[in-house]
Amino acid sequence: MKTKENIIGVKIFRTVICVLLCFLSLFPFWILLVNSTLPSNQIVTGMKVIPGSIQQFINNYRGLMAGSEKTSGVSLIQAMENSLIITIPTVILQVYFGSLTAYAVTVYRFKGRDFVWGFIYAIMMIPTQVSIVGFIKVCNLTHLYGTFFPLILPAIAAPTTVYFMKQYMEGALSVSLVEAARIDGAGEFKTFNKIVLPLLTPAMATQAIFAFVASWNNLYTPSLILATERQKATMPMFVEALKANDKTRDYGQIYTGLFITVIPIIIMYVFLARYIIGGVALGGVKE
Amino acid sequence: MKKKTVEYGRYGIIFLVPFFLTFAVFQFYPLLYTIVDSFVYTAKNGRQTVEAVGLGNYANYIFGAAGNGEIWQALLITIAMWLLNFIPQIVLSLILAAWFTDRQRKLKASGAYKAIMYLPNIITAATIAVLYFNMFDTHGPISSLLYKLNIIESEDLLYSGWFSLGLIAFIQFWMWYGNTMVVLTAGILGINPSLYEAACVDGATSRQQFFKITLPLLKPILQYTLVTSAIGGLQMYDIPQLLNEGGPVIRFGEGSVYSTRTVVMLIKQYVANGASQNFGRASAYSVILFIVTLAISMIFYIATSEKKSKRG
Repeated sequence: MKTKENIIGVKIFRTVICVLLCFLSLFPFWILLVNSTLPSNQIVTGMKVIPGSIQQFINNYRGLMAGSEKTSGVSLIQAMENSLIITIPTVILQVYFGSLTAYAVTVYRFKGRDFVWGFIYAIMMIPTQVSIVGFIKVCNLTHLYGTFFPLILPAIAAPTTVYFMKQYMEGALSVSLVEAARIDGAGEFKTFNKIVLPLLTPAMATQAIFAFVASWNNLYTPSLILATERQKATMPMFVEALKANDKTRDYGQIYTGLFITVIPIIIMYVFLARYIIGGVALGGVKE
Repeated sequence: MKKKTVEYGRYGIIFLVPFFLTFAVFQFYPLLYTIVDSFVYTAKNGRQTVEAVGLGNYANYIFGAAGNGEIWQALLITIAMWLLNFIPQIVLSLILAAWFTDRQRKLKASGAYKAIMYLPNIITAATIAVLYFNMFDTHGPISSLLYKLNIIESEDLLYSGWFSLGLIAFIQFWMWYGNTMVVLTAGILGINPSLYEAACVDGATSRQQFFKITLPLLKPILQYTLVTSAIGGLQMYDIPQLLNEGGPVIRFGEGSVYSTRTVVMLIKQYVANGASQNFGRASAYSVILFIVTLAISMIFYIATSEKKSKRG
């Protein structure tokens, strides 16, 4: 009896802590929602926890739309569009070539295969930030500076995706299937595209989500490569400009702008949370 | 038959070409170029300034007076921010992971807790930084509330270097503990349940089970978390850049320190177009960051591996 009471007590304590932590996670986003529906002069008078009106949100949005082009050099819609133009090909290249590379080191036997795999594993540990000077040099040499290509093409060589896809293939792909396709006379490249890729769909979906989030949220590289092209600014660069512009601070507009940048990710998360968390768990359980 | 195998193997190599070609162009060459470029500096030859090859950047900006020791300051600040976020993060994540995997005292709705705690991790860091900036700025909702409650004496919280440093560490903690908790939960679930059953039969308390079974067997995953977090933490950029742009300055007697300027922010300052552009200097700082990143991950890797093999 005593232990049972104890168990209930412990459970209540843990539930309270978890609820508090969830509150902590959501609270800033609630403030964001509330303040995006208020005019600037009400926001500065103190903390509000009850949303204002949709009409005010629309007013903020209109004000932001009218002013943002002038102050940030790019409109919110244009920035979102730019981010999508970069992110979608990035996701496709990263998932496709990540799978192809993983397939090459999983299915084929060739001299130096173990070395290649060890190499891919090792370069996961090298952060791209340390080679930014050389990266800009490459962009200048190839005349890609100021274009979207240097933000898209490097996705072909994403070691983390290769790692994840290889882990998945080892469990989900049998070499006998590939051999059967060979006997049927299918070419190697065709076998990969038509037979192997469909089997990898669950892992590819998980990796696509992570590739999307990483590319969509990236600020550092775009802010250097697109620095001179304001019209090509991405969504995080728009956010940066939103902050930098503090002369005519309209807090309602700032919160509304931030709110709009968060909405696509939160909607995606509501539907895909299960898969995202499953993917995080898989990524960590290595060896 | 043997001939065929060799032929198939060739396809493996062909399929690797796109990856390695891209890697060579966008990662390997840039890294080499950065290292080489760090040895190219401008030197004075009489009245002329000329490009010279040698250790000039290192002598001037890293060990010399011209750099003001700013790279060491930035490294110190970056490591401090990382430690301040990582230590509470790993402790809380371990506790939560233990709770979520506790069979005897199963929590209701633990899936929802996990999903909500993970949420901040996928939101754009730039947006989060600007959101926190607005909440803690003078007259912002949080600072004005704390002021009204007489918890703080002034609403100018972000003018304090120590506060800004702490706030950035907190934001990093807030964004990442959910991720670490999910990884550790999966790790604990991967431990053979019969070990716990046997421990229960032998009368082990849940505390004993945690320290004698869970922690030792979780070591590889803790090692992975530690190393990846350290590598990521050293490259910190978005949050400190957008929260307070590296400032404000903390004064120590005659000297002063940029309280939130990380190494990557410092590098960017010399890479970006403008009066202070100096690629050689940026390259030298990049090389230092690269070496420190490698060294720290190696040290952590070796330190945690040795303990494991001694016990095992």
